[in-house]
Order: sequence, then structure tokens, then C-alpha cells
Amino acid sequence: MTMISRRTLFKGAGAATLATLASPALAEDKVKVGFIFLGPIGDYGWTWAHNKGREAIDAELGDKVETIYVENVAEDASAIPVLRDLAQQGCKLIFTTSYGYMDQTVQVAGEFPDVKFEHCTGFKRADNVSTYNSKFHEGRAVLGTIAGKMSTSGVMGYLGSYKVPEVVLGVNAFALAAQKQNPAAVVKLVLIDSWFDPPKEAAATETLINLGCDIVTTHTDSPGPLQILEQKGLHGFGQGADMSAFAPNAHLTAIEDIWGPYYVERTKALLDGTWASSDTWDGMKEGTVMIAPYSKDVPADVIALADGVQAGYKDGSYDIFTGPIYDQDGNLKVKDGEVMALGDLAVIDWFVKGVESAS
Amino acid sequence: MGIDFLIAAIITVVGLSTPILLAGLGELVVEKSGVLNLGVEGMMLVGAISGFAVTVYTFNPWFGVLGAAAGGALASLIFAVLVLQLNSNQVATGLALTIFGTGISSLMGLSFTGRIVMPFASVFPDALAKHEYLRLIFGHSPLVYFALIMVPLTTWFLKSTRAGLILRAVGENDLSAHSIGYSVIKVRYAAIAFGGAMAGIGGCYFSMVITPMWAEKMTAGRGWIALALVVFAGWRTGRLLTGAYFFGILMALELYAKASGFSFLPSQFWAAMPYAMTVVALSFISSRGTAGANAPACLGKPFLPST
Repeated sequence: MTMISRRTLFKGAGAATLATLASPALAEDKVKVGFIFLGPIGDYGWTWAHNKGREAIDAELGDKVETIYVENVAEDASAIPVLRDLAQQGCKLIFTTSYGYMDQTVQVAGEFPDVKFEHCTGFKRADNVSTYNSKFHEGRAVLGTIAGKMSTSGVMGYLGSYKVPEVVLGVNAFALAAQKQNPAAVVKLVLIDSWFDPPKEAAATETLINLGCDIVTTHTDSPGPLQILEQKGLHGFGQGADMSAFAPNAHLTAIEDIWGPYYVERTKALLDGTWASSDTWDGMKEGTVMIAPYSKDVPADVIALADGVQAGYKDGSYDIFTGPIYDQDGNLKVKDGEVMALGDLAVIDWFVKGVESAS
Repeated sequence: MGIDFLIAAIITVVGLSTPILLAGLGELVVEKSGVLNLGVEGMMLVGAISGFAVTVYTFNPWFGVLGAAAGGALASLIFAVLVLQLNSNQVATGLALTIFGTGISSLMGLSFTGRIVMPFASVFPDALAKHEYLRLIFGHSPLVYFALIMVPLTTWFLKSTRAGLILRAVGENDLSAHSIGYSVIKVRYAAIAFGGAMAGIGGCYFSMVITPMWAEKMTAGRGWIALALVVFAGWRTGRLLTGAYFFGILMALELYAKASGFSFLPSQFWAAMPYAMTVVALSFISSRGTAGANAPACLGKPFLPST
């Protein structure tokens, strides 16, 4: 493992030059696999989970493969020199782990046809560019089930970042699952226009609590909201990773992103020469989405329900996006018994009935 | 919508306003001495991690606050040496301080990620601090009262003390102050260190009071808002207090509007507001027209005595 950190002291300075300077001579006989990360690996969320996946490659294929990563890469043109640099250092496979790297990945892939690229959560592919994603909303359905059963007010808060399909899917899955337990359940949504702003996340959580929410779930990356819930003696869920260390009493469970198996599988395919461009959207069945251990505050009957949802996703008998589904205005969007197709889920931009939102 | 609801909303506003008020007061004194330090965001981050780290080791949040003040002041002294001793450009050096503060706080915080401290509890007994209504007055963190006390104290210092008069003289006309024997450099060192300490305390409000944890860049741009606020307040402490709470109310209104399902303005507008405000404030500084008349005359200029 070679660490190239642009974070320390020199943020924003010429990334490519620095990355080159910072990398020591590498063992030439190993195949190199590169990663670019949006945040710091210590964010205890999104990037942290991707880095765990990278470590899984080290653990399983460390004798044949060397991994390199660059953290804090902005989702703009500055990602291009970073990608070129990784390719020039000899990386044969490069994972670009955020939606905003989509066009940069495709562009650099065009310049290095011998290098394979894997772009996370995007939709643009090429002969040497694959895409992969995770069905986070399956985890949201489990959280919604728990919240719907445990909320005494029937009003739940959802703290999100932006109105993008991933968040809309999460909100809808959470609300629909909660309504299965409590048909009158209402989900109040606040989008704070940031993935990471602890003071604003905290203030938004206080606001939702003041408006009557007794459970707040987060779709932003910091554990701040859980700490507010802890101080108020209420409950919530971790996002991206088990956050129980930050709020031992408030933390009921969490959605964990598990990227390791996919990263190992794709690296093996590269070594075998069987790598081909593909589009992967895995979920609980494949082990990409996992639910962290339940806290002592989750009653046994609620655990049984939540486990039922998980089991249903694993054997294919459960899908939260099964009709009838109504939108916020009460229009029937999915007919009784129909299941929304993956293609429709990927571009969803409307909220289900019972979601109270500003847009 | 009862009185409880209102009290809870006001407590949220106080939480949003206090760190900006603390950092703004510090920067106001710095600018009154004729120095423009754009490194507030960086000093706040250094304060946030210093305060958190000291609290982790000492289990005492009061030492944590001292640590935050020391951390912020130390960071500001790097800036002070560069602009006072070496006469480097204040704007560029201040920006560099923000970048440096962001980086060094991440580095310092490496071993503190994922840890928590006890939130900085109220100083008043629970009968008052947790009382249904009285918590409006007694239920806040000690840092909230500290910030509020610092407002009249700073006013008094600037207006009614000899030291404050000297500080203002240095900011208005450094050459004259120098010619009658005051040490411009020493006064500015002291002002910059005070500004750093206040920014540090403002920063630790995030890592020790609101969300008692450390996360990289957790101040999320509040330092820039504090900077803009000093200009909007016309370098007056009373207006700074008003401005900080105005900002807190604005931000809370946004969240309440969203959570209640109102969409009278697109959320992107709200998100852009602080930056738009900063741009307007910075153009005020540079225009120096009637709006900038209150600005200290030597603001941002290097001190170059002829001898």
C-alpha cells in the first residue's frame, strides 16, 4: 500500500506534481490498482467505507496487487490530472468512487485504453469503463420498518443532502416501509444542500425534533445529528458506517456500505484477464448493503420485522417499491402489484405520499 | 405552536449564532488595529481540534477552551510574523492561513477521528438549566454567556480604555501612532493573537458544544461569514451582535421553512446566501466609499515607517 495524501498542508496546490513527488518507488512486479476518494478516509462514512473495500484487496490479493489511493479529490476538472497520474504510475485498474467523477473518468479512460476504470454510481460506460452502484434504499427500507414501529408520534425526520435519485430513493423507501407499520406515518424532509456540514446538520436535527419528529434518520455524512439525538434522548440511525461510538444510546442501527467483495472480484477479473465492461447494481443479496447490529433499545418484535425485510431482500421475495404507490399529491404512480423497474428507480425524482418536503 | 416550540427554536438560533459572534468579535479587534486577517476559518479549525484534543486528554472542557484559545492564537501568530515582520501581503497571507489551518487541523485530528467527549454542560443547576421556561435564559453552554459578555467588554475596551484608544490610533494612522512613541508592531501582535484566540474559542464551540466530536472541515465556512459580518457591522460591536443573531435566525428560518414544507424560495438561493453576502462585504472593503467610511484607515496596509 502506498499512501498519497494531498490533504496535509498543500490542499489545492498542483495535485499531479505533488502526487508524483510523494510516491516512493514501487515494487515493479505487482499489479497496481488505484483509487480516488471524495473525502478523507477518516470521514467515518462514504470514503471510509470505500477505503475498507480497498483494504480488502490488500488483505486478499496483497501478494500480487499493490493499491494506491488519493483522498480529497474534488469533483471537478482537478480530478483529471490525478487520474492521469495514477495511470502513468502504472495502475491497471482505477476505481473512481463518486458520482461527480463521471465525465473525468470517461475522458481519461479514452486517453489510456489499456487501463480499466470502474466508476461508482454513474451511468456512462465504455469498453474500459464499468459502472457499479449499491442499492442503499434496501437498507432504508429496514430503517423505515424500525422507525415506523418505534416512533410514538408517527412523525419521522429525514435529513438529506440534495434532491438526487439516491436520496429520493432513500426517502421513499424509508417512508413506504414506515407506512407499512403505521399507515399514518409522516416523514418530514429537510435537504441541507451539503453532504457534510456538522453544525447545519445539528441545527436541522433540532428543527425536526422541535417539529415533532421522535426519530430522525440522516442521509448526510457526519455523525452530528446522532449526537443531537443522543443529547435529547431520542433515536436515529448511522449512515454509511456503524456510528454507535458517537451516540451509544441514540444509535439504533446503521446502513453499512460493503465494497470489499466487489473490489476483490473485479481485481481478480483483471488478474485473470476476464475483466469486461459491465454495469453492476448490487444490494443486500450480494452483501453490498448490510445492517449494523441492532442496539439494546430495539425490541424483539421490531428486530423480527427488520430481519424479515432483510431476509426478503436476500431471497428476492420483498421489494419496497411494489405498488400501489402514490406520490405526494395522491396520484397513483405504481399500480397495485407492479414493481418499479431498476431503470425507473435510477432516475426517480418524485416523493411518495406522506413525505412532507419543500420541493 | 406553543411557548416550548419557540424556546426550542431560539436555542437553535443561539447555537448557530454564537460561534460566528465569537470569531467576529476577535476579527473586529484585529481590523480595528489596521490588520485584515482572512484566516478566520483556518484559526477556527485549529481551535476546534485543539479544544477537542485537550478535552480528550484532560477530561475538562474548561482546559479545552483554554487549549482552543491557545491553538487559535498560535496559528494567528504565524500570520502575524509574516505580515508584521516581513510585510507580506495581508490578503494573500490570510488566505494561506486558512489553507494551512485546514490542513494542520486535519493532521492534528488524525488520531481523534471517531472519538467523542462529554458535551460542555451548562454551569447552572438542572432546576434552572432544564426548567421548561427558564432554560431560555439558563440552559445554554457557558460559551454562549462568554460571547455575550465579550460584546460590552470589547466595546468598553475599544471606547473607554487607554489601550483601546492606542489600538484604534494604530489602526487609523499607524505612522502618527509610531511618531508619538507607540509600538505599532506590538499592538498589532496583541490584536492578532486576541483575534486568533477568539476564533479558536468560536471553533471549539463546534467540536465541544454543538457536536462533541472532531471531523475535518467541521466549521463548514462559518469563518467566512464571521469575516463578512465584521464589515456589515461597520466595525461596531453592537451591530456585530445583531448581525450574528440575524444570521442565526435566517439560517434557522431556512430549516424550519424546509421542514414545514414551505418552498417560497429555492433552496439553492439559501445555500448561495452566505457566499453572496461575503462577496458584497468584500466589495464594501475595497470600495472605501461612504459605506466603507467606518473602516479603519490603515486596514490591510503594511506598516512602513520611513526610518
